Amino acid sequence: MTARDHIRNFSIIAHIDHGKSTLADRLIQKTGGLTEREMREQVLDSMDIEKERGITIKAQTVRLKYTAQDGEEYILNLMDTPGHVDFSYEVSRCLAACEGSLLVVDASQGVEAQTLANVYQAIDQDHEIVPVLNKIDLPAADVDRVKEQIEDIIGLDASDAVEISAKTGLGIEDVLEAVVTRLPAPPEGEREKPLKASLVDAYYDPYLGVVVIVRVIDGVLKKKQKVRMMRTGATYEIDKVGVFSPKPTDVDELGPGEVGFITASIKEVADTAIGDTITEEKRQTDKPLPGYKDVVPVVFCGLFPVDAGDFDDLRAAMGKLRLNDASFTWEMETSAALGMGFRCGFLGLLHLEIIQERLSREFDLDLIATAPSVVYELTMTDGTEMQLHNPADMPDVVKISEIREPWIKATIYTPDEYLGAILKLCQDRRGIQKELSYVGGRAMVVYELPLNEVVFDFYDRLKSISRGYASFDYEIIGHRAENLVKMNILVNDEPVDALAMLVHRDRAEGRGRQMCERLKELIPRQMFKIPVQAAIGGKVIARETISALRKDVTAKCYGGDATRKRKLLDKQAAGKKRMRQFGKVEIPQEAFVAALRMDGD
Amino acid sequence: MDYHRLDEVGPGHGFGIYVHWPYCARICPYCDFNVYAAKDRDETPLIEAICNDIAAQKAILLRSHSAPDTLYFGGGTPSLISPAGLSRIIATVADRCGALRGEITLEANPNDITPQRLAEWKALGVTRLSIGVQSLEDDTLAFLGRDHSGDDARRAVALALETFPNTSVDLIYARPGQTLSAWEKELTAALDFGAPHLSLYELTIEERTAFGRRAARGELVPMDEDGQADLYELTQQVCESAGLPAYEISNHARAPELQSQHNQIYWNSGDWIGVGPGAHGRLTYGTGRNATVCHRRPADYIAAACHGRVGWAETERLGEAEIGQEFLAMGLRVAKGLDMARLERLTGPLDTARLAQLEEAGLLSRDKGRLALTPQGRLLADHVAAQLSK
Ligand SMILES: Nc1nc2c(ncn2[C@@H]2O[C@H](COP(=O)(O)OP(=O)(O)OP(=O)(O)O)[C@@H](O)[C@H]2O)c(=O)[nH]1
Ligand code: SF4
Ligand SMILES: [Mg+2]
Repeated sequence: MTARDHIRNFSIIAHIDHGKSTLADRLIQKTGGLTEREMREQVLDSMDIEKERGITIKAQTVRLKYTAQDGEEYILNLMDTPGHVDFSYEVSRCLAACEGSLLVVDASQGVEAQTLANVYQAIDQDHEIVPVLNKIDLPAADVDRVKEQIEDIIGLDASDAVEISAKTGLGIEDVLEAVVTRLPAPPEGEREKPLKASLVDAYYDPYLGVVVIVRVIDGVLKKKQKVRMMRTGATYEIDKVGVFSPKPTDVDELGPGEVGFITASIKEVADTAIGDTITEEKRQTDKPLPGYKDVVPVVFCGLFPVDAGDFDDLRAAMGKLRLNDASFTWEMETSAALGMGFRCGFLGLLHLEIIQERLSREFDLDLIATAPSVVYELTMTDGTEMQLHNPADMPDVVKISEIREPWIKATIYTPDEYLGAILKLCQDRRGIQKELSYVGGRAMVVYELPLNEVVFDFYDRLKSISRGYASFDYEIIGHRAENLVKMNILVNDEPVDALAMLVHRDRAEGRGRQMCERLKELIPRQMFKIPVQAAIGGKVIARETISALRKDVTAKCYGGDATRKRKLLDKQAAGKKRMRQFGKVEIPQEAFVAALRMDGD
Repeated sequence: MDYHRLDEVGPGHGFGIYVHWPYCARICPYCDFNVYAAKDRDETPLIEAICNDIAAQKAILLRSHSAPDTLYFGGGTPSLISPAGLSRIIATVADRCGALRGEITLEANPNDITPQRLAEWKALGVTRLSIGVQSLEDDTLAFLGRDHSGDDARRAVALALETFPNTSVDLIYARPGQTLSAWEKELTAALDFGAPHLSLYELTIEERTAFGRRAARGELVPMDEDGQADLYELTQQVCESAGLPAYEISNHARAPELQSQHNQIYWNSGDWIGVGPGAHGRLTYGTGRNATVCHRRPADYIAAACHGRVGWAETERLGEAEIGQEFLAMGLRVAKGLDMARLERLTGPLDTARLAQLEEAGLLSRDKGRLALTPQGRLLADHVAAQLSK
């Protein structure tokens, strides 16, 4: 066992892509955690999708043994955290398990929105913070400017920031020294006290089962120990206690200040709660650790198999994903437009995208996703409360006394030439400006926005109007009562459930018109004319007409045309399988998908 | 493939020979056929290749096919072939395939029609001409890139009718900006020639043509669907009252015996040998029905079709479903419709709900075991075929 003052628990925080995982690789390599051969890029990113997209989704931890310049051996517990807003609660739990952070800033990019969001979280956790300027090998790196930014914007002393290139390995030794000399050792815990450990994260490993990452505060964690999860109340006998070096390696015990993992025949990740406090079954700690929050999905969408025959496969695939990702929720949903599928909940848009991608890639499923929506809170006239995850389920308006929608506080950070366009975007999305400040050619705007307006295509729009330079971060600030209405889309006078949406009354007409115009383009002409309408209750607010198909015939058709004709029919027959019947109207599934993809206002 | 089902298509339903002559005096800007500028090329190698190909293809058929019903010279501009060349081909057909039982059609350009040529064609056994008049208005002919005037066309048709009472006239309508009254006048004038057969096509802008490129640049605006539909309907009225009802979507004849026998083979899923660059064929023999395509480039074709070898670039054995699709798509085009029992033997039972829906919409009719498009349905022939296909 290592003496407490020879332990450092730290995390690396950064804006997405600023090089956290690459730095982690270098640190592992430098401290000899892996042989050259075992070393591959971003070793801590183990999921396929993490590797491919180069982003970290799950928190990871690794124990490094480092002999410092003072000649002593230190145990460094490194936490690699997901950088994306969707996973900010996971980040906060990681940070709570450490005493210090390396703040990695890409010296060619400078401070970004998530740099700020993450560093403020670290400051809230009373972290000691060492600024690290990464990518100084790039010609565009501007160390002085970025140091200035760190001082001006964040208010951290950047004079002895460590300058490195995680890619080339330059300055890695300095980082390790800074960890040892500038970050604090964990506070003194008491070995004799009842166990108090924090559940930092959990994931499913095909060999080990559910692996729980823990940080011990007081007491000791040992094999065969009977523990209780204070939040869920479940009790387990510990099978294994270990550390990642970075390969999982068994240890006898984990004492105060130490970070490692346990396994305990826990069936699914969903049985664990991130931020929960682990204690002994018999001898409980008096108080759980602070900061626990239930993780609740904030964005919902319907997922449907393109081929109805894939429904069971989809169900099985979701079950498997859920094994590893407790924050993803689902329940069955039946849609007249799209058939049988599931209503799924996600932590945010990236999370949604990741799950969708994993379903299609890992399970080879062809899916249709409906437009993402948020969770509305409804107060009914009889005083009861309900939550609405699916606009199609909205109760009769006369029974509703109030609808509240989630609002966020968005922090946008941008070169000031794009500011005008960004302000307009926020304004158009019912935003309320809260703050606007400039630091060295960049502007920081803080807006309050309805999440509903953001899940749509806000992020894509923001990226496109700023040519990718603006960065964005948000946090949910609560629900607010708004003048929200359910807008139905009717095709040939039949409402299409998959296209129903809740919108702000003031935005309804615009949205409705847009939807009708789009559907007019997307629905093939049929033998009769088809009205496409957007309606609120019985009132039509936008309308288009798809005129009847009058002519669909090839002028010349002789011997040389038979093949072409046949191939066209084959294609149409295949397309017909993807048609959905709406009363008399046939609508290709692609039309729904395209209508829901609301790019370009 | 079930042998019984193979009886539903193939030579029992007509057997023809299609000869594709790929050269034209000049290339029309709307044309997407496999065509090349004639220049002053020696025709002999291609004639030889075609003759060789006919013999080779027939040899593959062994004795499964008796003598062909029809021979059709299409293109391209086959009226550019010398009488000697035509004679070589016709003689090869007679020699290798047996004496023809029906028509020999030759597509002809108005400029190639002279009293002498007409006499020579007649002497060779040609029974029917199909003349590419396209329009009677000079400015339209210029727009269409044709090398003849309206008067040239009038003279050519009049002359042709003297030798070949069974002459067909091709016209292209639904040109950009064409009005109903202008077309009515032009069509009436064409009917006044007294030709017993008309092929009337809406101008179709094909992607890989000069017109296609002009349309993509926005320099040519195709007539909209409604305008085309109106003109189609007018065409039907005018032709019907002149005694030339449509017997197929775009083909009109004064009497059943004046319809093109050769083209019926296509619409009826018969067999045909296709020879010449880019020609398609359908040959049913042994245990299957085959789609054949010849090499498109004349040089490739000539190189392939020699020493007793066929000129095919590709052949494809058609599956049951494919045979059914073709029978449906082609068969629906003729006015008398298709034999429903035959279709169902090929594809299995039809979707009765769909059928009822299409009947109710007034697009299809069922009568004495035949399934036919109504006059209204003809404008939506492709749509109806798609609805019925599986
Ligand atoms: N030139 C250069 N590129 C670097 C350096 N460090 C990292 N990169 C590259 O920057 C990209 C992002 O690096 P990651 O380590 O995946 O970034 P991250 O911060 O872990 O990203 P998330 O996990 O998505 O938040 C990768 O393409 C790296 O190869 C560096 O020092 N110099
Ligand atoms: S003459 Fe006929 S085949 Fe030749 S280019 Fe013109 S339209 Fe095409
Ligand atoms: Mg990473």
